[in-house]
Amino acid sequence: MMDESLKRAIIMDHYTKPHNKGLKDDESYKVIHMASDSCIDDITVQVKVENDVVKDVRFDGVGCTIAFSSTSIMTDLVKNKKVDDALHIIDEYYNMIDEKPYDEDLLEEANAFDTLYKQANRIKCGTIGIKAINSLLREYKNEE
Amino acid sequence: MLNVNEIRKDFPMIQSEVERNHIYFDNAATSFKPQTVIDKVVEYYTKYNSNIHRGDYDVSYQVSKEYEEVRELVRELLNAKSSNEIVFTNGASSSLNLVAYGYGQKFLKKGDIILSTEAEHASNILPWFKVAEITGAKIEYIPLNEDGSFDIDNLKKMMNENVKVVTLAHVSNVLGYVMPMKEIVEIAHQYGAVVVCDGAQSVPHIKTDVTELDIDFLCFSSHKMLGPSGVGVLYAKYDLLEKMDPFMLGGGSNARFDICGNILLKNPPYKFEAGTPCIEGVLGFGEAVKYLLNVGMDNIAEYDRYLHQYFMSEMKKLENVEVYNTNGDTSIVTFNVKGIFAQDVAGYLNSKGISVRSGNHCAKILLNVIGVSETIRASLYLYNTKEEIDYFISVIKDVTLEKCIGAAI
Repeated sequence: MMDESLKRAIIMDHYTKPHNKGLKDDESYKVIHMASDSCIDDITVQVKVENDVVKDVRFDGVGCTIAFSSTSIMTDLVKNKKVDDALHIIDEYYNMIDEKPYDEDLLEEANAFDTLYKQANRIKCGTIGIKAINSLLREYKNEE
Repeated sequence: MLNVNEIRKDFPMIQSEVERNHIYFDNAATSFKPQTVIDKVVEYYTKYNSNIHRGDYDVSYQVSKEYEEVRELVRELLNAKSSNEIVFTNGASSSLNLVAYGYGQKFLKKGDIILSTEAEHASNILPWFKVAEITGAKIEYIPLNEDGSFDIDNLKKMMNENVKVVTLAHVSNVLGYVMPMKEIVEIAHQYGAVVVCDGAQSVPHIKTDVTELDIDFLCFSSHKMLGPSGVGVLYAKYDLLEKMDPFMLGGGSNARFDICGNILLKNPPYKFEAGTPCIEGVLGFGEAVKYLLNVGMDNIAEYDRYLHQYFMSEMKKLENVEVYNTNGDTSIVTFNVKGIFAQDVAGYLNSKGISVRSGNHCAKILLNVIGVSETIRASLYLYNTKEEIDYFISVIKDVTLEKCIGAAI
């Protein structure tokens, strides 16, 4: 399990200086809007896939520390990966959240959420952006 | 002033909260129930479980009698002229919808104006959106002051002969201001408009005398005032109840009907109460009303003001906090910790044993007035204490983004 102060530092870093934040006005991006019906989190995600590779992921919106930092971390993890590899990382992330065995090495900074399963009321926060990325990539796979 | 330590003993949930070191500051969402309410619900199911208004046997007679006695208790609480002006519903939302569809949809027409405010709860504005869509009436908003408070002069400016309905909360569920209902009603009546009062946050906390205020419709819920959930009240002047249509038809609401489709409805309030109601809820609600009457609404309001003043004065001392309703009138404190997202603070407070609500509190258009969409709302009731406020302040004083993150992982 990841050291708690390290987790805090990672989340703080991604929350205060989120990566890949800000949407692109570019039609080559697929876009999805996710709004939680039980809290304030409201996030829009864009993904650009080229030749089966996730070329770019962008996000923006309103969200709490957990929603923003988890989305920011995941954009880093899937960027420049093959779509199948990106989806695999997302699956492993869900395994972690669902308290199932998962590949720690693959999740890198996302290990900061390795005990999020204990906070049932924050799981939605920690998955809202990931769910958005997941939907866009699955959509891509289905269209293929 | 009421003896809060004695009051706390009446609430098993307070005991549970004390045992797990928790304090409950989310009373605007729902309230705890005293033992008498809980016992009454159990008593119905264990001693005289039967339907109302139709049995030929003793327990059914008994439960029907008790059910009607609750109507009389509510009449007493509101100082209504007759218990026939008390309609039982499923809750405040249900009551507000009943007014919108049963009265608004029937009597409003194109060009009519429904006047409201931007501070309303979804339940008091969405039904009117729908009625406006159906009838062609228009919704207009009485401008609020910068702090979300109400200015009677703005109502006067907005009034004209096309305004047929003025609908607003007696106490806002976000800001806690008490509206000058009596003056509002007077002005509305001068123009021939009816006043719909959302009492969900007022009836539990302040004395609401419908005769003195001359309100036309008053809607509120049992569960926010110590009673069970699933029960609410629509109070309306009897002639209005006679004029308006029920929202639902069915058993218990009609006197007779025939094969040709002729229906003879019962008189109010029964024509609005189709189907078997939440009997145990109404009976429990009766105990809640008894409890409030016994403590005294004036005592409750006085204690509410005491808690509110103390809470607000302590909050104002904190430099890391921005309070949005410093001039509020009831024990609702709506705020943010500077630089930290409301939900993160609420999560941290939970980790410290404090239950509050974060979000937009179902008043989504209020954002236009106070300029923030997400806030934290701490709302108190008669069993909360000064000591709990002290603890709350001690926690909120030291909250940091890092601590909030720490609490979430």
